[in-house]
Amino acid sequence: MSEKMNEIRQAFSVKIGNASDTQTLEEIRIEYLGKKGIVTGLMKTMKDLSNEEKKTFGQQVNVLKNEITEAIAKKTEEIRQQELEAEINSMPEFDVSAPPALDRGSYHPITLVQRECERIFRSMGFTVEDYSEIVTDYECFESVNIPKHHPARDMQDTYYLTNGQLLKSQTSAAQNAIYKKYRKALVEEGKPIKAIFPGRCFRNEATDACHENTFFQMEGVMVDRNISISNLIFFMKTMLSEVFQKDIKVRLRPGFFPFVEPGFELDISCLICGGDGCPSCKHSGWLELCPCGMIHPEVLKAGGIDPEEYTGFAFGLGMTRLAMMKYGIKDIRDLNSGNLKSLSQFTAE
Amino acid sequence: MFLSMNWISEFVDFSGLDKLALIHQFSLSTAEVENEIFMKGSDISGIVVAEIKSVEEHPDSKKLHLLKVDAGKEELVDVVCGAPNVRVGMKTAFAQVGARIGDITIAPRKLAGYTSNGMCCSEAEIGLSDDHSGIMEITDDIPNGTDLKEAYQIDDIVFEVDNKSLTNRPDLWGHYGIAREFAALTGRPLKPLETVDLSQFSGLPQIDMKILDPLCQRYSCLQVDNIKRNISPVNMRVRLYYCGMRAINFLADLTNYLMLEMGQPMHAFDSRKVENIRIRRFDKPFTFKTLDSVDRNIDENTLMICNGDKPVAIAGIMGGLDSEIVDDTTALTLESATFDAVSIRKSSVRLAHRTDASMRYEKCLDPEMTVTAIGRFVKLMLDADPDSKVISSLTDEYAYKYPERAFDFTKAFVDRYTGIEISNDTIVKTLDSLGFGITEKDNVFSVVIPSWRATKDITMKADIIEEITRIYGYDNFEVNTATAPLYPVRIETEKSVEDRIKDLLVQKYNLHEVHSYVWVYNDEYKALGIEIEDNIRLVNATNPNIEIIRRSIVPTQLCQVKYNTEFSPEFGIFEIGRIVDGVNPETDLCNEHKKLCITLFSRIKTVEEVYMQLRDMLAVIADDIKHTGISFQKIEASHSYQQPRNLNDVICGGKVIGEIGVVYPKISKKTDKNASILYAEIDVADFAEVTADSIVYDEPSRYPEMEIDLTFMADRFEPIGQAVKEVNSDLVKKVSLAGAYTDDSGKSITVRILFSDRNRTLTREEVSAVTDSIIENLREKSISLKA
Repeated sequence: MSEKMNEIRQAFSVKIGNASDTQTLEEIRIEYLGKKGIVTGLMKTMKDLSNEEKKTFGQQVNVLKNEITEAIAKKTEEIRQQELEAEINSMPEFDVSAPPALDRGSYHPITLVQRECERIFRSMGFTVEDYSEIVTDYECFESVNIPKHHPARDMQDTYYLTNGQLLKSQTSAAQNAIYKKYRKALVEEGKPIKAIFPGRCFRNEATDACHENTFFQMEGVMVDRNISISNLIFFMKTMLSEVFQKDIKVRLRPGFFPFVEPGFELDISCLICGGDGCPSCKHSGWLELCPCGMIHPEVLKAGGIDPEEYTGFAFGLGMTRLAMMKYGIKDIRDLNSGNLKSLSQFTAE
Repeated sequence: MFLSMNWISEFVDFSGLDKLALIHQFSLSTAEVENEIFMKGSDISGIVVAEIKSVEEHPDSKKLHLLKVDAGKEELVDVVCGAPNVRVGMKTAFAQVGARIGDITIAPRKLAGYTSNGMCCSEAEIGLSDDHSGIMEITDDIPNGTDLKEAYQIDDIVFEVDNKSLTNRPDLWGHYGIAREFAALTGRPLKPLETVDLSQFSGLPQIDMKILDPLCQRYSCLQVDNIKRNISPVNMRVRLYYCGMRAINFLADLTNYLMLEMGQPMHAFDSRKVENIRIRRFDKPFTFKTLDSVDRNIDENTLMICNGDKPVAIAGIMGGLDSEIVDDTTALTLESATFDAVSIRKSSVRLAHRTDASMRYEKCLDPEMTVTAIGRFVKLMLDADPDSKVISSLTDEYAYKYPERAFDFTKAFVDRYTGIEISNDTIVKTLDSLGFGITEKDNVFSVVIPSWRATKDITMKADIIEEITRIYGYDNFEVNTATAPLYPVRIETEKSVEDRIKDLLVQKYNLHEVHSYVWVYNDEYKALGIEIEDNIRLVNATNPNIEIIRRSIVPTQLCQVKYNTEFSPEFGIFEIGRIVDGVNPETDLCNEHKKLCITLFSRIKTVEEVYMQLRDMLAVIADDIKHTGISFQKIEASHSYQQPRNLNDVICGGKVIGEIGVVYPKISKKTDKNASILYAEIDVADFAEVTADSIVYDEPSRYPEMEIDLTFMADRFEPIGQAVKEVNSDLVKKVSLAGAYTDDSGKSITVRILFSDRNRTLTREEVSAVTDSIIENLREKSISLKA
């Protein structure tokens, strides 16, 4: 009998040695250990044996059964491992060098520059105001001390509408409303007025690479009991250093704007050369950036604020110009073109 | 405006000072100086006065002459010269061997076989004028060999001031006013203008002159005669040329010189043509030929200078051709006047003719200046042409005198405005140097504004601050932050809503933000077949293509989409911009609204897919920002761009906040034959006003959930959703659409319902009770389960 068992053992050994997949293994398992399998068949022959023989034979069959079971388990593990490796190795190397599909949206560059300025001013306690684009003559001119005969009123500069309203030619058009909105808090609670108001402005002029009839400005005002020229210079320098992310030198020159007195033209040290002189600043080392000044007493008065008690400063930053400077946009018309080849390039920083 | 430092230094002594540094200081304290500063005369040297002693014709050339020239040396110099005006005895500018003109150094040179040891120069060659018709004629008695730069003021520093920066400073439109600024900046005295005392002519006859119109503030005039001199002195011509004007003749040069020196425009008439000077306007329009031979249309608002009833000049703008000085003019009448600034500006705009005179008049010139200017004119005239003489008394009508301006201010006022300490002494000195009357007692200053600053420029205390601080120098300011109480800064809801919408659309949905114009672009609309809807209009647009303000951003974006069809097979754009919904009849003010407009374009997806995508965007916006839902309500098409099917109002917080729709097929096809184009337009303020639901936290159950799919034969989801709602079971946690199919039996919709309970595991029975109830509810509405 043991011979028979050895034959079985050898035959099994050959078969399992040749098996290379789980399917074959399963077939072998059934062949030997299944209900009608060879080992099971051996067990069935036990009934013809003596009790003594039964015991010995039974033990031998069990040994064989265990050997086969273990061998199958081991081989199964081996094959699973091989199959896993085959699966791992069958995955191709992907071509990450291929250009990625950059399917993403974009912000308008003005939005990006505006948010940056808003962030800076909010961090210094300024509120951000919104204002309509169509305003009255009073809002745009009269209330900011641009009297009837001022050249800024000339028809060629401002878009007038048939009802006598106009498309605001400057963000200063919001000043009066801002003063009226916050004057109570200023006078009764001693809260200084600190506000910026970004907005779309319009000038009735022919467009070219440097001129647009629709553009963005951002006005800023601060009013309190003792706001001084010294404070104005501080704020402009601090704010512009934040905007341009470097230490900016500022310089004031007298400038005439009806809504401020004294009024200034503010220059900043050239961003390219830092003040040494280069073609971009026409070798002067300075760039003319924005008008500013101490709010004109008549403007405060029109806003219900007593200029004998309060002073303030105001400035107007060209958002469109800032965006062009920041991103190196050469043609101002790109901004309102809706051309996605241009505009899709701008993402939040 | 160009300014000559030589001219200015006639009035302020600059000795020992760095002139370029002063000009820089002027730019920071007074008015913007252009970057390029001209070092006049620096490009020439070695040019001397020389006399032509003999002239011989060149044997082989008709043009060239052979000259012997006395250049102040022992021997005469041989020179070959091609100028037509050479003659014996004439003095000219001579570039000796070794002289430098620009990059050229003069050396002996052979010209047509003869050696020329130097070159006779035209004024243009050495930069004194643009005259290159012949060599320079020097009529002054100057020894031969004298360096031309010693003989005349050729070396000069000329700088340009941006006219725009002088808008508010009528006193800075001449060298004398500029000199006053330099005097204040350097602390040196301003020399008085040398003039002739006109009272000496009071015995002479008056001129018949009357101001008949309040637009003329002051009119001063004087008659002079016997002006023999034709060519102006060299120094005068050089200054005019350096300052951007051409020399014409002595008389014209003199009026120009006066204008550049004092800022006072002057005009000279032929006295025969102005026997009765009347200043007035006319009732009816007419044409008038100005001295540049142009016929100009004069209307009833234009102030005219007349001889009786006959106009001879447009006041403050330009003289007439008929009264111009001509060859046989002997006596001339000199006008020095001031007019209403606004009137001059408006006339000049109307005539589209801006002159050096009108440019100055529109700044509000000081009427005190008219007589001084005549006194100065006579002085310069007599200096250069001693035989000329005055033949009338000064005739002067001073119709409008500006009130004298004076006020007090305190040291505390200055301190508060500046934020730094500027001493009383500095304040007094500064204002005094600028010509203000100024006294101080116990920290109270009393100031009298000089007439040249009192026409409009300085009216109040804050103006004085500017005078003090600009001369003090802003670069010298100590800079300090403001100290103020701290308060939290709130962000306005609408602003944060806008920012959030932009973030969602860009970052979640990959849309592109665009900007556009607020008006209708006629041509682009027409090209796409979009009907232009009437609205409030611009009255004065320079471009006829833009006139009507838009009522919606949708057509604008359709034009932008059309422009971008090649950008990508699928994209979306959005803008938060303004529109005008007509005019409010009660207030007559525009109904301006801020709208969010989104347009989606796809050549890949079906209209329905894109529509649902857009609908979901709106739902996410409402859910994210307001934690609330949106619903839709069918509406009728009312605009040319709307496809009538699938046109819905968007409802949020119980009100309509906008609409969603498909673009009208014709317009869509014109944009792109195969694309789905959809839009949504939302009123930003209306949406921002929707009350945001607060977030109510629903703790997830720790027990298993049960998900049941039910498929009904139905066209729309709404009744199914409604039925689920109506069973009102606490066990229902979520209802979603699992799918929609259409087959032979019709359309079916599968709803997926999620059940759970926080405290226990659900039984199949209790869930079935709910679903049975839903099925029953729908059966009553004739919606059955799919078999």
